[in-house]
Amino acid sequence: MNSKNYIQAFSHIKNNTVSLNGNPIYNLPEQNFSVFIKAAYKHLETKYSKFFKMDNLSKLAFLAADILLKDSKSEEDDIAIILSNRASSLDTDRKHQSSISNAEQYYPSPAVFVYTLPNICIGEISIKHGLFSENSFFIFDRFNADYLLDYAENLLQTNKAKKVLCGWVDFDEENYEAFLYLVDKQGDTIHTKEEITRLYTL
Amino acid sequence: MSELKQELKEKIIEQLNLEDVSVDDIADDDSLFGDGLGLDSIDALELIVMLDKDYGIKLSDPKEGRKIFESIEVMASYIAEHRAK
Repeated sequence: MNSKNYIQAFSHIKNNTVSLNGNPIYNLPEQNFSVFIKAAYKHLETKYSKFFKMDNLSKLAFLAADILLKDSKSEEDDIAIILSNRASSLDTDRKHQSSISNAEQYYPSPAVFVYTLPNICIGEISIKHGLFSENSFFIFDRFNADYLLDYAENLLQTNKAKKVLCGWVDFDEENYEAFLYLVDKQGDTIHTKEEITRLYTL
Repeated sequence: MSELKQELKEKIIEQLNLEDVSVDDIADDDSLFGDGLGLDSIDALELIVMLDKDYGIKLSDPKEGRKIFESIEVMASYIAEHRAK
């Protein structure tokens, strides 16, 4: 596919490090995810109190997206969101299941239950940044650059969106990884499968 | 009653993940929703579960929560009168 679109910026959150365009901007080694992501949130001065109510997957996606959107987004932006992962919302599904597995102690938490779908993290991003655009969340065995490329190009070429936030955000127990990138009509990195794959593996 | 109010403030902060709020920030007569503590509809459901789990109070109609969760003062009075554990 010949693309006239570009990857404007990209973010990674993995191995207790937050990176923007390949450059580490925060690192807190040897801490569990909860401690790390809370410290990263404070370091990045995100200032969104609802963050602490989110489940792990949403915290991961929200912070990775916020790095890309907080400085680049303008009022007229129409940004679609296409995210994907392997574990769906399994981490939170397990927490919910444990709260309903004992009939004597049957106290399911509404605040946990609302996160038992992976696409809720897209809602969190959309609420923070005032996005009303098209969005989708896909479950794949592994990162699927082909699919994300085709979907984003289709949205841009049919004028369904002016920009597309794409990527992979996966959380299961203590294993996590986020790679998000913003596709725009301007930028330095051409929007191709090869470039998406290269940036993902940085 | 003052112990119960203190306990409720601690439970609300912990269970509703109010990271930037301390017990001292919540006055007994502060509104818990709207312009007060800013709790939302999911928080209201969490409070209903908390009443059941910690105090043995079952609300048959979630709309009852609107009045009961008006403030820590009102909540403590209701719990003191209706608690089963």
